[in-house]
Amino acid sequence: MEHIRTPKVENVRLVDRVSCKKAALGTLYLTATHVIFVENSPDTRKETWILHSQISTIEKQATTATGCPLLIRCKNFQIVQLVIPQERDCHDVYISLMRLARPVKYEELYCFSFNPKLDKEEREQGWLLIDLSEEYERMGLPDNYWQLSDVNRDYRVCDSYPTDLYVPKSATAHIIVGSSKFRSRRRFPALSYYCKESHASICRSSQPLSGFSARCLEDEQMLQAIRKANPGSDFIYVVDTRPKLNAMANRAAGKGYENEDNYSNIKFQFIGIENIHVMRNSLQKMLEVCELKSPSMSDFLWGLENSGWLRHIKAIMDAGIFIAKAVSEEGASVLVHCSDGWDRTAQVCSVASLLLDPYYRTVKGFMVLIEKDWIAFGHKFNHRYGNLDGDPKEISPVIDQFIECVWQLTELFPCAFEFNERFLIHIQHHVYSCQFGNFLCNSQKERRELKIQERTYSLWSHLWKNRADYLNPLFRADHSQMQGSLHLPTAPCNFTYKFWSGMYNRFEKGLHPRQSVTDYLMAVKEESQQLEEELEALQGRLEKIQEVHFNGTKVKGKHSEPSKPSGFSTSDNSTANTPQDYSGNMKSFPSRSPSQGDEDSALILTQDNLKSSDPDLSVNSDQESGVEDLSCRSPSGGEHAPSEDSGKDRDSDEAVFLTA
Amino acid sequence: MEFAELIKTPRVDNVVLHRPFYPAVEGTLCLTGHHLILSSRQDNTEELWLLHSNIDAIDKRFVGSLGTIIIKCKDFRIIQLDIPGMEECLNIASSIEALSTLDSVTLMYPFFYRPMFEVIEDGWHSFLPEQEFELYSSATSEWRLSYVNKEFAVCPSYPPIVIVPKSVDDEALRKVAAFRHGGRFPVLSYYHKKNGMVIMRSGQPLTGTNGRRCKEDEKLINATLRAGKRGYIIDTRSLNVAQQARAKGGGFEQEAHYPQWRRIHKSIERYHVLQESLIKLVEACNEQTHNMDRWLGKLEASNWLTHIKEILTTACLAAQCIDREGASVLIHGTEGTDSTLQVTSLAQIILEPRSRTIRGFEALIEREWLQAGHPFQQRCAQSAYCNSKQKWEAPVFLLFLDCVWQILRQFPCSFEFNEHFLIMLFEHAYASQFGTFLGNNESERCKLKLQQKTMSLWSWVNRPSELSKFTNPLFEANNLVIWPSVAPQSLHLWEGIFLRWSRSSKYLDEAYEEMVNIIEYNKELQAKVNILRRQLAELETDDGLRESP
Repeated sequence: MEHIRTPKVENVRLVDRVSCKKAALGTLYLTATHVIFVENSPDTRKETWILHSQISTIEKQATTATGCPLLIRCKNFQIVQLVIPQERDCHDVYISLMRLARPVKYEELYCFSFNPKLDKEEREQGWLLIDLSEEYERMGLPDNYWQLSDVNRDYRVCDSYPTDLYVPKSATAHIIVGSSKFRSRRRFPALSYYCKESHASICRSSQPLSGFSARCLEDEQMLQAIRKANPGSDFIYVVDTRPKLNAMANRAAGKGYENEDNYSNIKFQFIGIENIHVMRNSLQKMLEVCELKSPSMSDFLWGLENSGWLRHIKAIMDAGIFIAKAVSEEGASVLVHCSDGWDRTAQVCSVASLLLDPYYRTVKGFMVLIEKDWIAFGHKFNHRYGNLDGDPKEISPVIDQFIECVWQLTELFPCAFEFNERFLIHIQHHVYSCQFGNFLCNSQKERRELKIQERTYSLWSHLWKNRADYLNPLFRADHSQMQGSLHLPTAPCNFTYKFWSGMYNRFEKGLHPRQSVTDYLMAVKEESQQLEEELEALQGRLEKIQEVHFNGTKVKGKHSEPSKPSGFSTSDNSTANTPQDYSGNMKSFPSRSPSQGDEDSALILTQDNLKSSDPDLSVNSDQESGVEDLSCRSPSGGEHAPSEDSGKDRDSDEAVFLTA
Repeated sequence: MEFAELIKTPRVDNVVLHRPFYPAVEGTLCLTGHHLILSSRQDNTEELWLLHSNIDAIDKRFVGSLGTIIIKCKDFRIIQLDIPGMEECLNIASSIEALSTLDSVTLMYPFFYRPMFEVIEDGWHSFLPEQEFELYSSATSEWRLSYVNKEFAVCPSYPPIVIVPKSVDDEALRKVAAFRHGGRFPVLSYYHKKNGMVIMRSGQPLTGTNGRRCKEDEKLINATLRAGKRGYIIDTRSLNVAQQARAKGGGFEQEAHYPQWRRIHKSIERYHVLQESLIKLVEACNEQTHNMDRWLGKLEASNWLTHIKEILTTACLAAQCIDREGASVLIHGTEGTDSTLQVTSLAQIILEPRSRTIRGFEALIEREWLQAGHPFQQRCAQSAYCNSKQKWEAPVFLLFLDCVWQILRQFPCSFEFNEHFLIMLFEHAYASQFGTFLGNNESERCKLKLQQKTMSLWSWVNRPSELSKFTNPLFEANNLVIWPSVAPQSLHLWEGIFLRWSRSSKYLDEAYEEMVNIIEYNKELQAKVNILRRQLAELETDDGLRESP
């Protein structure tokens, strides 16, 4: 609390970035965890909540006649512009937020105060939902070739690795420790994914400390052991996900990459994914494009191209595809590394796993995948996403890129994923929100020391509880797209990957399709389910009555066949002579008019006291009903929204008409 | 028979066909007067059945005695035929070239086509102007049908029947026609029932350099304004272009003479600019490189989406004037046959729920494109692969369909038709067995006697079996005005058209099927539940009757 210089400022205006005219007047509150703006307008009292941990930058702009503008950019790509009447208040808010947005201790983070009103037992249960030992079991481990190693017990060998790791049976502790000494930050080769049918595996590590000529017998034995653990293949791929130039530069620092001559039967391959600094700048450039006011088509496309973002996405996908193909088509094992093996390696291993194994395309499986390849293997969440104040050069959208790769795949394979876009967006949100303990710290070791599981809640159980909101209606477990690997076109074309406006412009609702096919189909499915139940109930009642009749009078001959309520059979001839009067008596079912669908779905989460846990949704629940009013981004390019414009002046309109 | 002279080699064996998504197949190539047919001998089925009029350009290559013909179609597909024998190959190539560029319209396939289906409703009579007018006449008495153009004497590109203000007589119309480009005097395009505002369209006024004026013209368009109300004139050309037009006798409405109207200039491109844009876009889409960045650059350089944005923005502006400002609108460019029609028809898609139904959309195309005199034959003579650079070719109609697709994408539940419907219209505008898109205006269609000699596209489309393919399963009538976003983030490349032959749509098709399944299953359940409810109700009333006495 000591950081809040002023807890409340009145007569603040929230500027709508889409239409400059509609600034809402309201009161700004600073709390220990959120910035809250409450509109004065008595009809709406619309609230905008921003978590301190979501704040990326705060910019105080030049004071104008109307007040002092404050621009807040968030890590979930929301941009809020406030105008505060008094310069002094603005300064206080600015100074307070500068401090609140940059906590220095973990204890300051939201997850330590967030209380979703669950008891201790529920919280503990929540943490048990995702269990990696179950996951390794699912993969068929341990088996004749792989075993659980206790070499990293108490993080003795590698402090950024988890304690429980699978390694080839033939890799002795001596080999592992030897190999770890020859690898950056001692991140020795360990199992990430295992295909029990073919015995092909994906292993991950950091770069070898080979320099120009150094060798390590144990490391060579380690790779040999990985190869031997796959009797179906006489070589392994070693994939260095860096550009070749970067890897070569590392040799001068005593690091580098595997020399094919020193390792027996490896096939070495570079796949050029750029480093975190390039990615950070690329995102920055793309966000500048997203932020442009009324950009022309050329501004947008040029900006997007110059940002290089989609090229980077493609590089990550290409690496994932290469590995997935090696495993599924060649039955070969692959060792993946980059420099430290916690950024690009995590991206690439998880993309490959997602392509290979349908399990990871389910809601639960996807949580497991993130838990395994990102959380357990020591992806540095704290550094990358700036949860605590730290070196800005460490920040980079690494998991954002992975999440986008998944979205790109859902666009290419609409029936293959159990979850929908909203699921991905919410996971991205919570990587930054610090509301749940899952993504805290930089390693499992740090999390254990902080006793995260005893002091915070798990995101996974929260998402799982609300999974109905995250389902893809087109998903069917028995669908062909759900069987086995996803096969991308052999020559992935340049136009395969698209700009994800649902993520990067997600708070500019006017830019998105006004009607959601996903929500519509979910409502239809829900209604179908209710109909199935009603059908069964009706059949039961009918049979009873008919029985009575049968016993009593023996008149009524027409009896309904006990048709199965589930299944798609149309053979029931009763459907043929149905008059078209479905509409009349269906009132009891949830409305699924497309003009309202958008809003309904947003309310599902906001109503059940979860306002604070999904603030991104509550922000949007203000939408007026009706497509018309939800409408638009104005035709004149965003200067002017034609809804609610009854009282506006003519001149400015014309100016708008004439601009473009 | 003329065609026989053009076909030097009617049949070649052992021809290998390569085309997108199918394995190469060997078979016999046959040329007929209107089709190129390749049938494979293995299973004796027709593998390819291509209209000559669908062929946009051909290339030929030789390696030894093996000739290769690359056929580039107006629907952007590229087909390759490997033909053994140089002479055969040359003969085939020259025949295709001749047959795909026949001069006379009456030699086109629609004049020879004999439908294999039963005509339920003759499409030539599906959308009569009188019927369309009836939809308005119930709401307003301020408009009338005029037959002043019965003999196409007043305006050669207008239909015989047009809707004009009731207070303006035919004599005045003749005078106005003399003052407007191509005789295209202002006529009613759309009447907004909600507030009585209208969209009119016309050709440019012929003011010339010395500022000619026409009292009847002023009176005509003023007659559409309510007392004390102002209207908007949307000129689809930039002010600069409009000013230049004066030197050639054209021009725009001067404020001094039209004080009740506010003029807005937008800049929608025409003719070769659009054609070049299409050529560049299709070239970029066909390029199979792996370089992501160059792709975005090429997409940008084609300017296609810039045109889409400009057209949609202007249409939204017109709709905004009508629905939000409560002001009537007159729209024109130069001739009033291209960008004008894009804008008037898209504004109706936005404003008028009926135009988002299948029937309503067909009526819109009939009214705002065919009857309104969009020169389909000139504009659609060639497509993206032609090198001829004819002045008259331009993908004006395709841009319109693309804009409709953009709105459909943003409002997926508000249209009765689906993407396939739009693609089908694109195909038939460029090459068809039906007469609907032949000719450049009603006058030409009349002379060609299309109604008697050819079949209407609508006769085929509006049969239940065809309609089911074009119906959007998500459709729920939406009576609101739908405002699309025109931000670059909201406008997308129409993959269904432009990437149709370069990427497989297998997974997207599966998703569509699954969507249909979900909705069909729901309907089935509803029907079953209704039956049971009724049975129960009957039984229960029977019980009631039995028990009550």
